[in-house]
Amino acid sequence: MITVENLTKRYGAFTAVDDISFQVRPGSVVGFLGPNGAGKSTAMRMMTGLTPATSGRATILGQTYRELHNPGRQVGVMLDASAQHPGRTGREVLRVSAISVGVSRSRVEEVLALVGLTDEEAGRRVRNYSLGMRQRLGIAAALLGDPHVLILDEPANGLDPQGIHWMRGLLRRFADGGGTVLLSSHLLHEVQIVADDLVMIGRGRIVAMGSKDELLSRGGTTVHSTDDIRLAGLLEKADVPVTRTGSGLVVDAEPGVVGEIAAAERVVLLELRSGGSEGLEEMFLGLTAATSREGDAA
Amino acid sequence: MSTDTDTTDTTTSAPVVGGGAASTVPTALAGRPGVPFGRTLQAELRKMVDTRAGLWMIIVMTGLAAIILAAFVIWGSAEDATFNGLLEVATLPLAMVLPILGIMAATAEWSQRTGLVTFTLEPRRGRIVVAKALASMLFALVVLVAAVAASALVNVVAGTGTWDLSAAAAGGIVLALMLYVLQGVAFGLLFLNTPIAIVAVLVLPSVWGIATQLVGSLEEIGQWLNLDRVTVPLFAGEMAGKDWAQLATGVAAWVLLPLAIGTYRVLNREVK
Repeated sequence: MITVENLTKRYGAFTAVDDISFQVRPGSVVGFLGPNGAGKSTAMRMMTGLTPATSGRATILGQTYRELHNPGRQVGVMLDASAQHPGRTGREVLRVSAISVGVSRSRVEEVLALVGLTDEEAGRRVRNYSLGMRQRLGIAAALLGDPHVLILDEPANGLDPQGIHWMRGLLRRFADGGGTVLLSSHLLHEVQIVADDLVMIGRGRIVAMGSKDELLSRGGTTVHSTDDIRLAGLLEKADVPVTRTGSGLVVDAEPGVVGEIAAAERVVLLELRSGGSEGLEEMFLGLTAATSREGDAA
Repeated sequence: MSTDTDTTDTTTSAPVVGGGAASTVPTALAGRPGVPFGRTLQAELRKMVDTRAGLWMIIVMTGLAAIILAAFVIWGSAEDATFNGLLEVATLPLAMVLPILGIMAATAEWSQRTGLVTFTLEPRRGRIVVAKALASMLFALVVLVAAVAASALVNVVAGTGTWDLSAAAAGGIVLALMLYVLQGVAFGLLFLNTPIAIVAVLVLPSVWGIATQLVGSLEEIGQWLNLDRVTVPLFAGEMAGKDWAQLATGVAAWVLLPLAIGTYRVLNREVK
């Protein structure tokens, strides 16, 4: 379980993370989604004690990171897959960590197999690893101590589509076993595949939070009629925001509101359903763009 | 999204995302924070020698010592090839290379960014600093033992066969090497950047030494604050009362001060 309470980080006048609060419960894979520079990595570094928080706090399994006994056995952390000594072999990277965490060499071989690094690849120096292999190595290191919680920064970055689906399976099994996963991404399609719940962050603030399905259904109402131009005009007259799409209108209101206006004005509807035609991606862009423009909107 | 937090025992208003309310919450492992120091030390020792850079430093150091010993035996004056004389030349490359190993131990976490892993496995960074300093000194001791063995071998095979190493000189060599290694760690921690730290360790003392010789008014201060000069009697095993005082001030300025500032930096720096 990860609990973040009013976590804030300021660098001089710049606020990188602005008063974020959320709790990730066991059994879930939560995507921490936001554009580059939104504050995801800073927030994750504060959760793991690498960056001191300006105010607020983060706890893992009820303790702050620095209070944890043998943190490697409780929290698997990967903050940057590229941050490895290029001169060590993949296996050696894990063996050094295994000494510190206090697990056996056979556990090193276990996690190597778990992330799909072959014997030959494990014996190669990290310098010669592709980004995808580094991600697998980083996840192996995070899993080494058989932890309850995983905190992964951009773990799917550099993975091919099969790799992303493999990661979904791995993290899903981890969560089904009672584990807690928080992973960040700046790519929505990645997070859509891997995570079940989302925390969206823009400009250091949380802009949306909830299950993927719930957030998906928030995109307004789609309506299509025999005379869309007239309907759009009527809706605008009623101060309901309307966007024209190729096959109809997307309205920022409940279906009932649209239906009433259409019925009163005797417009024949061909389609009326909740959910916009826009994907989560557009909503993500819209949400983060809103905070980018206004700063305080959330 | 649910804001129902009644099911948790921790009092928090943080909104819950994901997970069923019925799922059991695992508790943190009981025990003292961090990991036992022995494991940290073992990991740090291993990290000194498991990279190509570390391996090459050892090869260069051993090679240099071997070449110097051979040259000394072949071209040096025969009566100087005593055990003490041989050990003196064999430790020369050690005094040069071991501080660099200390620097690399201290800077790697930042220059290679492995600190992201190291400081998450042991968040008490002070312990990592102590482990690095201890590991560097332990490693230096092992290398020194090898140098002693090599010198003894050469002494028997090609030297005078005279065993003239006094206990004071032996202790002096050990202490001096430890101080140089610690200086390397200190400068590594101070700059957290390998090339800058290496240049600083090699150049700064020389610049300071030249300055004290050129500027008359610095002459007296130079005797107290020059690590290279204050370790001369230490290597020779001829430490008198004033020498110890000068050693103390020299070490304070060139080892302890950078060590203190460097440790403060590491403890408070943001790991990125």
